Amino acid sequence: MAAVESLPPGTPSAMRNAFGTVLSALILVLIGVLAFSIRLFSVIKYESVIHEFDPYFNYRVTQFLSKNGIYEFWNWFDDRTWYPLGRVIGGTVYPGLTLTAGTIWWVLNSINIPLSVETVCVFTAPVFSAFASWATYLLTKEVKGSGAGLAAAALLAMVPSYISRSVAGSYDNEAVAIFALIFTFYLYIKTLNTGSLFYATLNAIAYFYMVCSWGGYTFIINLIPMHVLLCIVTGRYSPRLYIAYAPLVVLGTLLAALVPVVGFNAVLTSEHFASFLVFIIIHVVALVYYIKGILTPKMFKVAVTLVVSIGLVVCLIVVAVLVALVASSPTGGWSGRSLSLLDPTYASKYIPIIASVSEHQPPTWPSYFMDINVLAFLVPAGIIACFSPLSDASSFVVLYIVMSVYFSGVMVRLMLVLAPAACIMSGIALSQAFDVFTGSIKYQLSSKSKDNAEDNTSTKNAPKDDASSGKTDKGEEVSKERSSKKGKKKEREPAEKLSVKSKIVKKKALVLPLEASIVALLLLIMLGAFYVIHCVWAAAEAYSAPSIVLTSQSHDGLHVFDDFRESYAWLSHNTDVDDKVASWWDYGYQTTAMANRTVIVDNNTWNNTHIATVGTAMSSPEKAAWEIFNSLDVKYVLVVFGGVIGYPSDDINKFLWMVRIGGGEFPHIKEADYLRDGQYRIDSEATPTMLNCLMYKLCYYRFVETDGKGYDRVRRTEIGKKYFKLTHFEEVFTSHHWMVRIYKLKPQKNRIRGRVKKLKQKTSSGVSSKSVKKNPWM
Amino acid sequence: MVKSTSKDAQDLFRSLHSAYSATPTNLKIIDMYVVFAVFTALIQVAYMALVGSFPFNSFLSGVLSCVGTAVLAVCLRIQVNKENKEFKGLGFAGEFDSRQYALVLLGLVHRDCELGMGINWSLFPTANTIN
Repeated sequence: MAAVESLPPGTPSAMRNAFGTVLSALILVLIGVLAFSIRLFSVIKYESVIHEFDPYFNYRVTQFLSKNGIYEFWNWFDDRTWYPLGRVIGGTVYPGLTLTAGTIWWVLNSINIPLSVETVCVFTAPVFSAFASWATYLLTKEVKGSGAGLAAAALLAMVPSYISRSVAGSYDNEAVAIFALIFTFYLYIKTLNTGSLFYATLNAIAYFYMVCSWGGYTFIINLIPMHVLLCIVTGRYSPRLYIAYAPLVVLGTLLAALVPVVGFNAVLTSEHFASFLVFIIIHVVALVYYIKGILTPKMFKVAVTLVVSIGLVVCLIVVAVLVALVASSPTGGWSGRSLSLLDPTYASKYIPIIASVSEHQPPTWPSYFMDINVLAFLVPAGIIACFSPLSDASSFVVLYIVMSVYFSGVMVRLMLVLAPAACIMSGIALSQAFDVFTGSIKYQLSSKSKDNAEDNTSTKNAPKDDASSGKTDKGEEVSKERSSKKGKKKEREPAEKLSVKSKIVKKKALVLPLEASIVALLLLIMLGAFYVIHCVWAAAEAYSAPSIVLTSQSHDGLHVFDDFRESYAWLSHNTDVDDKVASWWDYGYQTTAMANRTVIVDNNTWNNTHIATVGTAMSSPEKAAWEIFNSLDVKYVLVVFGGVIGYPSDDINKFLWMVRIGGGEFPHIKEADYLRDGQYRIDSEATPTMLNCLMYKLCYYRFVETDGKGYDRVRRTEIGKKYFKLTHFEEVFTSHHWMVRIYKLKPQKNRIRGRVKKLKQKTSSGVSSKSVKKNPWM
Repeated sequence: MVKSTSKDAQDLFRSLHSAYSATPTNLKIIDMYVVFAVFTALIQVAYMALVGSFPFNSFLSGVLSCVGTAVLAVCLRIQVNKENKEFKGLGFAGEFDSRQYALVLLGLVHRDCELGMGINWSLFPTANTIN
């Protein structure tokens, strides 16, 4: 770069550099536009609506923030969920996403662009994916150069794994967090390369933004210490490493402790201990290098023996204290989610709620190809290219991809963290490949023209000799000068030819034949074309469904199933503001956001016992369920049923989790009671407990009236019990395609005939059945 | 055996002492500052061990800000040290500016942590008797 600055502006290489800068800026703008537009399929195919479940909660929080301001937001106690417990929103939500969208909305409104909060929320994710691809360009430029950077940015703009979590409408934490992740890594590498404290400070601020945005920040605070340790162990310690790491730990921990969700966990939980341990290690290493620098080698050996003998004793004491501290807590200080990452079988044994989320299952092999496509086999080439000069930055990206491959193998949701690493590696591989091929083509073409040029110069020399020999004194003098010049030239030429020949020999080793390079270049371009086609298909067909609106193509056209919104609208118009609605936890966020009613449990799943209560109620017979719901002040029960149209994610398919989670807390719910031959069945072979439980009754009440036979399209059988009445619930709403059914709790009767006799019978039977586990609600 | 090791130890200390006294004065000033900052942090830890960690906010902000200034001073020393070949031509003033950004951030964050409990005396723990 210094050579360029010293050149006068008109020289060809300076012009080429300026042209290159303008061209790469233009390419980056196009990449940003591409990243934004490929995520707009859902808006075009459906409408500008918030997708899925979690984004509705974020949308509701952003609405609250925009209406009431930031102080109310920090102190917000939400009493419309987890009735009667409530939820402290200010202390349990990662504020980065909502604050970002709120700021964008406020800025736009203050310059008189009146976008609604919903529009801002829907389009936040595509905008930040454009930023993320620019951040990938910056990061890869630090590792390998701007060619690799542009390739990596173009790949990240389209990679399906990232698209799946950042389409327009997917207003979730990852939309902003992936940008923060890549930007933090870029600033870390930049600090490592330059050793400037300014970038170290920016790195700490970017890390703070990451902590605000996503729980996955623990990945950063464990990956960077691992990289520092790797550098130390492989002998690449340098003062720049210290400057890159030590301020980040101190400033980063302080900043992380400021976010209310994290709070004191920043210094107390095991997820952060790696960073403190490596902090101590890097100080020790720095001290050792310093002393090594100022002492003679003999003295240094003495110092080492002295320190090792004393230090070992001290170390053992400290380690023993630490181990005792960590072992005193039941999980060794790790949170449940982190433990399930380290030991994939942990969640299924101890925390069924974490195991039940489909995103937390391990991915299958086809899902790798679906999500990162061509990059899956460009990554190994990139890893090799990173080793050809191994620098601190390239060792970091190698470590990043290895760690992210491991974690993506544990949880499908973490394929998202793999995507930027895969794009960086593939960008490096593609750029190196293009370099080799275009270099060979250039060399081959130029060597062909050079052969022609050499022939010309040799023919030119011959006539000159003839001309000079046949001339007068002047000519002789001139020829002498010429011959001397030619002599000098010829002397220089052999010398140049020797150096050029050595260069040629070197280049020839790397140079490929012309036809092979051209064919390889064309094949690489075709590979890129296949990747683009796949990405656009994935974005359009696979990842654009909003899940709140379903469509299906049939012989008589397009059917739209808008049952969810229909039922939430019914709830908000036909019930009182303070009525409580009970449903399975999946629908909690949507109910509070769209229907604006208080719910019992929602997607935050922070209280396992409360969820188990609802699960027990759904698995119990009608009277017991009525008692449980009445004790929670519930007025309406909502179930989702897909049997009429064949919607597979309905409550009957989720019923096994209700039984398991409920049975985990209340032992009178035994899973074996609901299983026939190890399977949950709803047909005539089902167990009587299953046929009597509330979920079965609420889903299949009057189902036989739809087709006369009660044929369930999802389970593909006829149901077992077809004609029955509900005694404690009454049906108040069933949506158009029977997808959502809402029931009201019947009030208790004033007088029950024969009740006194029943009470006497109960007390006599209660004495004899003490060994049986009693239902706590009876 | 013992005599030789003790003699070695004495030689070691003497050579360390002589090598260290050869460093330039401005680096020695930075070293003194680092030692003072770490010492302050250790005092705070001892105080917490004595009195209990109740306003954990103030403990955290106090200790981490002391350690933070120590770390940043070490970074300054690294960059200013003329023997460090990787940092050429930056000079004392240039690095001081970068360090100022880091110190400003540290100070802001420290103030933020303290204000979480409304305490202003975390750097002077002996006055930390009121809530």
